[in-house]
Amino acid sequence: MCLSIPARVDRIDGHMAVCTVGESSYEASLEMLNMSEIQVGDYVLIHTGFALQKLDEEEALETLKTFEEFRNLNKDLDIEEQQHNTRIT
Amino acid sequence: MKHIDEYRDKELVRLFAEEIKKLASRPVKIMEVCGGHTMSIQKFGLPYLLPENVELISGPGCPVCVTSRKYIDQAVAYSRLPDVIITTYGDLLRVPGSTSSLDQEKALGADIRIVYSVLDALLIAKSNRRKKIVFLGIGFETTAPGSAAAIIKAAMAGLRNFFVFSAHKIMPPAMEALIDEGVMIDGYLGPGHVSTITGEKIYYPIPEKYGLGVVISGFEPVDVMQSVLMLVQQIENKTPKVEIQYTRVVKPEGNLKAQQMMEEVFEFRDDWWRGLGVLKNSGLKIREQYARHDAEQMIEVEVEETIEPKGCICGEILKGIKKPKDCKLFGTVCTPTDPVGACMVSNEGSCAAYYMYNR
Ligand code: SF4
Repeated sequence: MCLSIPARVDRIDGHMAVCTVGESSYEASLEMLNMSEIQVGDYVLIHTGFALQKLDEEEALETLKTFEEFRNLNKDLDIEEQQHNTRIT
Repeated sequence: MKHIDEYRDKELVRLFAEEIKKLASRPVKIMEVCGGHTMSIQKFGLPYLLPENVELISGPGCPVCVTSRKYIDQAVAYSRLPDVIITTYGDLLRVPGSTSSLDQEKALGADIRIVYSVLDALLIAKSNRRKKIVFLGIGFETTAPGSAAAIIKAAMAGLRNFFVFSAHKIMPPAMEALIDEGVMIDGYLGPGHVSTITGEKIYYPIPEKYGLGVVISGFEPVDVMQSVLMLVQQIENKTPKVEIQYTRVVKPEGNLKAQQMMEEVFEFRDDWWRGLGVLKNSGLKIREQYARHDAEQMIEVEVEETIEPKGCICGEILKGIKKPKDCKLFGTVCTPTDPVGACMVSNEGSCAAYYMYNR
């Protein structure tokens, strides 16, 4: 019941939006958001028929960037470790 | 769904697990308060990936699970009234009451309709003017604004046959009560969707009063692992604070419009939580101004005496003191198709999540 899903806004009709997640589509009310800020193509978090928040694209990319940095840092460390090991042995 | 693969990347999950292992110098217990997290953690097998000294325990964040038997009994009583249509989220149907359940009443002919949204309940009210439509309002700050919105609409449209039976609750009092009771935890994985509405400030007392950190987390496995790492960092550096990992959805201030709707319709009252008992100002009561849409005030019923199920340790599980497997009834007498306690009903309930993914 508490599950919410990020869904893409496909159509806006008054304060209702039709959103898709994968193959399914849902109707969601936009009345809890500033409707002027929502456009077709945006992603919103929907929960029991209401859009609760617009997904922040910039923040989403920022998070992915930290993941990537984290991954690279680990790769660097791995390489360092390997070199270290070869040097020691 | 957007970027979903990145958030489920197995290698990243493993890297985070390694980093956590490197950092955690002592045993830590992290409680996830939200049932959505419990589900995701069990589904992706995260406890097996974390180092042994980092333990995740589930808390009281499944709305169906903390709802009282008395509430179910009263809903059953409403459903028996000839002029009432019950509208509810599907999860509540199978929750056992003292002697019946909504499911049983429905089989006996009561008009009980599952809705996906409270807005559907409003539509039912519009097309059934001669009936009283009772919507079972359960859930935390994620569902409460929806109920508030519906009540405001019903009031504006003069839909006098629409009522909400509120068991809505707010999360922070339960989080504080657990620590007050002496449940030993080192930090909270903050509920992502509740926080979407409330923002971060409702958790400030937890680091301030109790010295514990709260990291508001997303629901994908990488989200959870990153949040655990953030908490372990806080614990190791002794810098407990409220942080948001789920920045793509949760804003520090939350959703102000939804907060206003809640404030307009509800006021606080003391409320009963399974496992925790009565917590001060933890429940949401419909304000006098909207009393006309309050099922409790407008529709009188007689409710049977509450009988708690024997052998069910749901309460202790909700406090994180015991695990579902500690319950003698788990998986034998009590299963999702024939649940004894509320924790086995909803997907987000600890017992149900363990039954599905971790038996
Ligand atoms: S397994 Fe069933 S009876 Fe046991 S604690 Fe969970 S819900 Fe209660």
